[in-house]
This record gives sequence, structure tokens and C-alpha cells, in this order.
Amino acid sequence: MLRPVLNLEEVSSFIGPFHIVQGVSLAVYAGEAVVILGRNGAGKTTTLRTIMGLLPLKGGKIELGGTSLAGLPTHRIARYGLGYVPEDCVVFNMLTVEENLQLAMHVRDSETRGRLAYALDLFPDLKVAYRRFAANLSGGQRQMLAIARTLINDNKIILIDEPSKGLAPIIVDRVAEALIEVKKRSTLILVEQNFALACAVGDRYYILDSGKSVKSGIVRELELDEELQNKYLSVGA
Amino acid sequence: MDTFFILLINGLADSALIFLMAAGLSIILGMMGILNFAHGTMFLWGGYTSVWVFAQTGSFWLGLLAAVAVGGLMGLIFERLFIRPVYGRVTAQILITLGLMIVFTDLARLLWGATALPALRPSLLDGMVVILGIRIVEYRLFLIGVGLAVAVGIHLLINRTRIGMVMRAGVQSPEMVRALGIDIAKYFSFVFAGGAALAALGGALYVPLVGSVWSGMGMDNQVLAFIVVVIGGMGSFVGTAMGSLFIGLTGALVAWFFPPAAVVVNVLLMALVLVFKPTGLFGWEGKSR
Repeated sequence: MLRPVLNLEEVSSFIGPFHIVQGVSLAVYAGEAVVILGRNGAGKTTTLRTIMGLLPLKGGKIELGGTSLAGLPTHRIARYGLGYVPEDCVVFNMLTVEENLQLAMHVRDSETRGRLAYALDLFPDLKVAYRRFAANLSGGQRQMLAIARTLINDNKIILIDEPSKGLAPIIVDRVAEALIEVKKRSTLILVEQNFALACAVGDRYYILDSGKSVKSGIVRELELDEELQNKYLSVGA
Repeated sequence: MDTFFILLINGLADSALIFLMAAGLSIILGMMGILNFAHGTMFLWGGYTSVWVFAQTGSFWLGLLAAVAVGGLMGLIFERLFIRPVYGRVTAQILITLGLMIVFTDLARLLWGATALPALRPSLLDGMVVILGIRIVEYRLFLIGVGLAVAVGIHLLINRTRIGMVMRAGVQSPEMVRALGIDIAKYFSFVFAGGAALAALGGALYVPLVGSVWSGMGMDNQVLAFIVVVIGGMGSFVGTAMGSLFIGLTGALVAWFFPPAAVVVNVLLMALVLVFKPTGLFGWEGKSR
């Protein structure tokens, strides 16, 4: 039986006194792109942050390749092979594009250099802006840099939180193309409000509602199920 | 003209000392978000250590080295034992660091007494030089040289090393640095100890300038360092350098032309910056988690 690369069972976490994630279970298998969908406040971003150890796990299990991530500090979770692109795609403004990418390197060897070359081929804009400070990049370029950073290491899974947020439609299309290309090499977990982007990239989905995972399935089937979309993904009930 | 030149040299020398104290404070505050009210303690202990070692060994330079070592060690111990448990808790940080300031100031008083101790300059730097026909105190030129060398060293560290990359990134988002697989806590220790060592060096260089070391000098100069950090911008090396220059030069001019306003002017400048640019002259609003 195929074992998931990442397994969450009844995960529970808080932001301050607020119990945001109240029972999220999901399994991610190697080579697939899983999209996490749901309304604002459903707990999607909180789930990703809990996986990365940025919020403490208060209940349930998180296992990466069979290893429990509970209680581990974020930097160790990242070294286990999780790449992370947060919601506001934090790239370091006082570093150049080159330095942002160098900072992300866990080891400096020929394989890392190979992955760097691949990332720059995928995002030619970054090649052009290589010595520019990240503060001077456009919104789309910043998102590309944040994604490129996760490709530098041999990450088992890449977690991406709302990559289309704040971007012009033409840039969203470019990001989607890039993610479809990245999916060929990496396992993805994508949180996304842009349904079209989620459907273009995703293989399977999980829907969160009020901090719990309530539905899961194949993205192609969700695309055709308007009733399910209206029930869990539309504005208001 | 002679007066202005002398005031310029005095102001630059004062700027160098303020920079040594403020540089570490700025990075600690900017990168770690720590309000370190014990920073003046390192300045104080740097002064006392250098005077004591100089008296014991006859070597001013050994005194400086000892001051840096003591300051760095104090910073390492403070960070590991007292600061690390309260990361993210501002009130606790303020109380703990104020407490450390009081305790270690009293400890210094216990060790070296309540009265001021004389602090001598080394004979090598105890004279005057003549520049453009104007007699300048040698020791002040030395301070300017040290300040410049430290500034260049910090600039190279921040802009040419991996540690510097982590520091620049950590000023914006320590959380994202962790998410890249970097144990930023280790860098925090280095930054804190480094900042403390700089403050101690500042203290060791300050006391021969004013001629004595006394237990209140840590708190007095710490306030000035905070003013510089506010004016220059937290976590900004350029801001700290510019802020130190601004305060040092302004202080020298005001102290000459209108001494009663010397203290008030610094606070007024800080207030003006806070009103018009709260992030500081070279600070920026982009700090995130």
C-alpha cells in the first residue's frame, strides 16, 4: 500500500487563544499536487504554518515520511525537506536575488547548483534581475523568487500559500505555468483562493471549513460539482 | 575657523564612541526585537575592566582586549540565560534587562567602589598633533580611526558574509529565516554577544577621554544610544552610522555654543524624527513575522 509523504491526522492548533484548526486530516503522496481550499478563516494558512512548526501542534499528528514533526523547531522541519512559500511571499528586501537564493541553500554542491540553474531557467526574470535587491522587484518577480527559493534544495514537499494573491491576471497565468512545471519534479501542497489556478495545478483537493477538513477528492470532479463549490467555497452560506 | 575644526574633530570622536554603543543595540533591536536596557552595563563593565587591566598590567591594549572579551562573554550569558526565555515578550524583556542593568551596576560598585576611578590614556596617545596649524588631541584622532575601522568591519561583515546575509534577512523576518532551515537562535547569540562586545569597547575607549570611570556612566550613555537608534532606524547599519554622526556633531556644536541645551537638543531631534518618520531616517516599514 502506498504510504503518504506527508500525513496529517486530526491536527489541532491555535493562534493565541483562538482555536483555528480543530481537526484537519490529509494525506499527500509523492509527485502529486494537493490543493487546500476553503473560505477565508477556514484554517488553510494556519494548517500550513502548523506543518512548518511556525505554530505549535496542540493535538493530532503530523508525519513526514513516517517521521513525526511534532515539537520540532521550524528550521529542522525545513531541513527535513519542506520548502515553504508564505502567504505574503516573504523575500528579503535587503538581499539581492542572488543572495536570497544563496541564503536558502542547505548545502553547496553540484546538485544544488544544478537546481539553481533549473530555477533560473524556469524564471528568466530572476536571471535578468540577479544582482538587483529584492526590494526593487515587482510583485510577480517577488513571487517567482519565493518559489525559486524552494527549488534550490532537494525538498520532499513544497508548501505554497496563495501564490496568486495581489497579482495581475497575466502574472497569475505565468505563476500557474511555472507551478505546473514545478509539479513535474516536486510534490506540492497549494493553498489557493483562485479556483482556476487551483484547478489548473491541483490533482486532489481537501476542503476546510471552520478549521476542519470536510471534503476531499479529485480536482477534476470538483470542477464539475457546482453544488459543492457553492456550499464550501462561495462567499457567505 | 580653528574653533570649528576642533569642534568637528571633537564631534567626530564623540560620534565614533556613540556608534560603538549604538551599532550593537540597533542590530539587537532590529533583528531580534529585543529592547535591551542592559546594554549600558556592557559599556560600564568595558570601562571598568579596561581601567583595572591597565592598572594591573601597564598595557592599555590588553585592557581594551579584556574589555571586549568581558563584554562579549556578558552578552553571551545574558542572551542564553535571561533573554532567550523571553523572546517575543516585550514587557518581560524590559523588566529583565532593567533588572540586569541595576544588578550589574551595583556589582561594579561593589567591586570597584562608589567613587570614580581615574582612567589614563596610554603615553603613545597622550599628546597633541598639529594639523593645518591647529593643535588636536591625539586620542580623539585615535577614536575617529577606531570608529572608522569598526564601521568598515561591520559593513564588510554585513554585506560580504553569510552571517551578514542572515542578519539582514533576520531584521525583516526571523520566521522566514527559520523556514529556510537556518537556526537563527545561534545567530542571535552571536549578534547579542557582538553587540555587547562593541559596547564594552566603547566604554573602554570612552573612559580615557573623560578621564574617569564611574558607576552611572552606563545608564547615561545608554539613553544616547537609544536616541541614535530611534533617529537612524532600527536594524539599519547606515542609519546608526548617520545617527551617531548627527548626534555627535550636533552635541559638540551645542555644547560649545549653548551648553544648557546639550541634553535637550538630542531628545528634541529624536522627537522630530518620531513625528515625521517614525521608522527612523534610514529605517523602513517592511518588518514582518
